[in-house]
Amino acid sequence: MSKKAIMATVWLDGCSGCHMSFLDIDERILQIAEKADLVYSPLVDVKEFPEMADVTLVEGAVSSEDDLKKIQKVRAHTKILVSLGDCAVTANVPGMRNPFKVQDVLDRAYIENADLNQHIPIKVIPPLLKTSVPVHQVVDVDVFVPGCPPHADTIFFVLSELLEGRIPDLTNVTRFGA
Amino acid sequence: MKRSSKASIKTLKIDGIDVAAREHETILELAQENGIFIPTLCHVEGLSEYGGCRLCMVEIKGSNRLLPACMTTVEEGMEVVTNSEKLQSYRTMIMDMLFSERNHICSVCVSNGNCDLQYMSVKLGMTHIGVPYLNPSVPVDTSHDYFVMDHNRCILCQRCVRVCGEVEWAATKGVMGRGINTRIIHDLNQPWGDSDTCTSCGKCVNICPTGALFEKGKSAGEMVKRRDWLPYLKLMHED
Ligand code: SF4
Ligand code: SF4
Ligand code: SF4
Repeated sequence: MSKKAIMATVWLDGCSGCHMSFLDIDERILQIAEKADLVYSPLVDVKEFPEMADVTLVEGAVSSEDDLKKIQKVRAHTKILVSLGDCAVTANVPGMRNPFKVQDVLDRAYIENADLNQHIPIKVIPPLLKTSVPVHQVVDVDVFVPGCPPHADTIFFVLSELLEGRIPDLTNVTRFGA
Repeated sequence: MKRSSKASIKTLKIDGIDVAAREHETILELAQENGIFIPTLCHVEGLSEYGGCRLCMVEIKGSNRLLPACMTTVEEGMEVVTNSEKLQSYRTMIMDMLFSERNHICSVCVSNGNCDLQYMSVKLGMTHIGVPYLNPSVPVDTSHDYFVMDHNRCILCQRCVRVCGEVEWAATKGVMGRGINTRIIHDLNQPWGDSDTCTSCGKCVNICPTGALFEKGKSAGEMVKRRDWLPYLKLMHED
């Protein structure tokens, strides 16, 4: 048997629901662990992205300059990039701000709706992009897994296929909003 | 075209299969009778054909144009192709535009799981949208006592306009503007709730393929359209 695949997951502008759904594969994670090492993820403690990951799952839309930098780096160091969930695939809920101006969104969140300490943060919080966009609008994506979140069975199917060296066929398996 | 007194039957081929059609029948009707799937979002049996969504485009041997199956009547000896790589790519492109022109956020939509547009995206094997979203700022009209019109989800199929005019005979719903600025309007572009002509029959709401028209009080995934009356549409129409 060849050596284990290197796997990573990243979390951009999403609610962590897709990662939760990934964990919902329950004990089947042992089958994944037989074939792959999860070397970078919000679920593990490593801070540096690996030199080259075989498979990376991305949760979340690209909403801030920080998300953009992250995903560009991830793309450069990943063989198969998977958009996991509607936020990554369509911008979904983070994209609901898109018809509004960034300034109006910030005013609404930090001033109009704030009871205390009304000000728009300029430090620590990364600047927002003009719109939240799907991952494939800024970098090439190899596999799309719509769903909010995709079902654990879907995620397990995707990973099993990828780790067998096949690109999963997701027609009729999941959909936007599933 | 004049109707002959005795029924005249046309024979033609759809996807290589020999089929017999009644004169004046459309390719779409004939295909549906024969269990051949041609995608469509604007066609509803019993309403006039609009030919607006363009999903039902088919190839016809000897013609270098694609033709909408809902608007094209059968002809003797026709050879129709309903599915090809070219048609698939055009249909995906149309779906890309339908999804990107307004704001479709399925996970929070009243029609999630019960939507014809969503169903069609699955049927056509789509896993993502291939063009950038336009993110338009469009209104939600909540002025009606019972119903909501959410322009974010409207695909301009005009099913509502046709059912309101042709079946309910109220003609409350209409269309304003052109191209990307086209909007469904009520009467003289006034809030739905201020309409003098709307009878609140709900036909538009139930025939609408998406979450653009729904009943007040429904939340994400709760709006299930009532379609049990649709088979009688033709009768209601002719009465
Ligand atoms: S109308 Fe249909 S496709 Fe559009 S957001 Fe709602 S469920 Fe999704
Ligand atoms: S409101 Fe519904 S039925 Fe009317 S045009 Fe829009 S999508 Fe079609
Ligand atoms: S409720 Fe009936 S009358 Fe009113 S707009 Fe809809 S179809 Fe027309």
